[in-house]
Amino acid sequence: MDLSCTPEEEDFRARLRRWLGEVLPKLPAPPAATDWPGRRAYDTAWQRMLYDAGYAGLHWPRDAGGQGATPAQHLIFLEETERAGSPYVGANFVGLLHAGPTLAAEGTAEQRARWLPPILRGEEIWCQGFSEPDAGSDLAALRTRAVRDGDDYVISGAKIWTSHAEVADWCELLVRTDPAAPRHRGISWLAMPMDAPGVTVRPLRTLAGSTEFAEVFLDEVRVPVANRVGAENDGWRVTMVTLSFERGTAFVGEVVACRRVLGELARAARANGRWDDAVLRRRLGRLSAEFTALWRLTQWNVSEAMRGAARGGQRGGGVPGTGGSVFKLRYSHARQELYDAAAEVLGAGALDADHAWVAARLSSLSYTIAAGTSQIQQNIVAERILGLPKGR
Amino acid sequence: MDFQLTDDQRALKEGARELLAGRFGRDRLRAAVEDPAPDRALWRELGAAGFFALRLPERDGGVGLGLPEAVLVLEEAGRALLPGPLVACQLLAGVLDGVAAGERVAVLCDGAREPLLWEHPAGCDELILLEGGDGLADGRAEGAPGRTGGAYRSAPDQVSCAPFASVDPLTPLARVLDLPRTEPVAVDAPRLRREAALLTAAQQLGSAVRTVEMAAAYAREREQFGVPIGSFQAVKQLCTQMLVRAEIARSAVYAAAVTESALDITGAKLLADEAAVRNARDCLQVHGGMGFTWEADVHLHLKRAWWHAERWGTAGEAEEMLAAGLIA
Repeated sequence: MDLSCTPEEEDFRARLRRWLGEVLPKLPAPPAATDWPGRRAYDTAWQRMLYDAGYAGLHWPRDAGGQGATPAQHLIFLEETERAGSPYVGANFVGLLHAGPTLAAEGTAEQRARWLPPILRGEEIWCQGFSEPDAGSDLAALRTRAVRDGDDYVISGAKIWTSHAEVADWCELLVRTDPAAPRHRGISWLAMPMDAPGVTVRPLRTLAGSTEFAEVFLDEVRVPVANRVGAENDGWRVTMVTLSFERGTAFVGEVVACRRVLGELARAARANGRWDDAVLRRRLGRLSAEFTALWRLTQWNVSEAMRGAARGGQRGGGVPGTGGSVFKLRYSHARQELYDAAAEVLGAGALDADHAWVAARLSSLSYTIAAGTSQIQQNIVAERILGLPKGR
Repeated sequence: MDFQLTDDQRALKEGARELLAGRFGRDRLRAAVEDPAPDRALWRELGAAGFFALRLPERDGGVGLGLPEAVLVLEEAGRALLPGPLVACQLLAGVLDGVAAGERVAVLCDGAREPLLWEHPAGCDELILLEGGDGLADGRAEGAPGRTGGAYRSAPDQVSCAPFASVDPLTPLARVLDLPRTEPVAVDAPRLRREAALLTAAQQLGSAVRTVEMAAAYAREREQFGVPIGSFQAVKQLCTQMLVRAEIARSAVYAAAVTESALDITGAKLLADEAAVRNARDCLQVHGGMGFTWEADVHLHLKRAWWHAERWGTAGEAEEMLAAGLIA
């Protein structure tokens, strides 16, 4: 068990810090959360800077245009960019973390050449069309139909919880291509242009007041068969490659941020006198242990992935297995506890929706729901890891 | 960074598990409930296997390994519910003659606690009193006043005690009324306390991992309403939360063994205590009525977890120290 960095990793960290120190002070102020064109421009400009500096697609394999960095280097990248207060991956999220890795793993040479470079250069934005109004945790219940018509699929249906749909160029879309097959075996993965006739985007206002998500309605949208990644009806397997990426790396920066926020909470409580409340103090102390352990679990999972990659088992970046599920179950809950504690520190200030901690408290409510509710995750862990029998 | 067990560490852990399974299986565990004094033959065997001399340099007859390896071995001991002052013998090997070889059994008495409790009074050759007074990180004094934080050797036969009905049948306790400080012992007391906390946390981790397995195994077999109870979501969710607690504690305990930082150890003990106690409670719940019997082993895990949670820093102390660490 070794938590220290190799000389190569230290060197990587030092170079990254130097670069961040040079470029971050020159960045313009980030746009307002409601300014979607501004957000797209800001996020893609940052991606272009990463590309020019050789940090784009860090964890992608080299043959996909990535840097082929080790998971440990990726971890350092996410840790250091968060510490330095860099822009977030933002609108580039789906392209870099879901669609891109799926294309890299499953796409043909032509598909990879068409779609991967624009993602890395920050030229094209992707969104995700997986969930449907009647297919949430039970994703395989999706009903959006794609019917073959010559060289096209003709698609009708509705998608929901689609982030960045307003500004996306492409959608990684799951459609049902064989309604007669067992449900996991009748699904296909398509790259759909968002400007195709028949695509309607309707912003969905969340309880946080923002429009981070949208509903996407599809009315006889034509998508070329050539845009299908993987074989027809093999989309479920293709998708699972993507989802393992989502669980593995999505929260690294956030854990670093949560540990920083915890220190800020303690100092704020000291300043406003609430630190004298032993119950609150002990709550914050416990959260400190929790987030430290979650950071260690991240390092454990990343080390496991590196060993897997060294054995040639997995493509870089994916963190499957027990650790990823355990992490998600505990982190989603711990994040909600953190911002509940923040509300206690703020007192009546917790009713101010403009306060960053209050906004974070509201958005934290989605964490036990998004990417598989905690309840369904627990069933999956019980069945796959603890070997308990299926049942309802 | 390679935060995974090395091949040697994995082999050591498996070896400890096999040794304990062979020498301290379920029959022996249940026999120990009736007669909990440390089994001297087993103690010597553990000594010969390097259980206590693990961290002593090879030139002193030790194995020359580090704190992470000691944690892995103690995790297995916690899993097997091996009774006896394992932490004391691990930490005092090389300090007191005969302890490393398992010839003599040493006990640590934590003077920062009231009442002052002495584990395994009947099977003890050496008693070391570790006085309170290290102080908490926020500057408040810990323990009763007048205790200075030194370590003293005491003669077990001269200790004045009152009987104490230990809740853990595998850990007999006596309440110490007065004990002679025969001679000071040259140990780094704050370090000893930290390592005792970490090695205790390692045993809690082992117990927490074991109770997950026990609960899942029972849930797979026990049938009600014509199906295994493990097919009920409520039972699944209990078992999954147990796994989450154990694995979070594992990350914290292993990392603290590597960093040896006081705050990391404090956090690891807090999470491991919680994992052991709450997992034993949930394991009991999954076992239903059988879980409430003396015959089932679940209560032995719960009671040991309570004992360990009380040693070398409780939840309240840990949370205060960690809170102080946030503003340091």
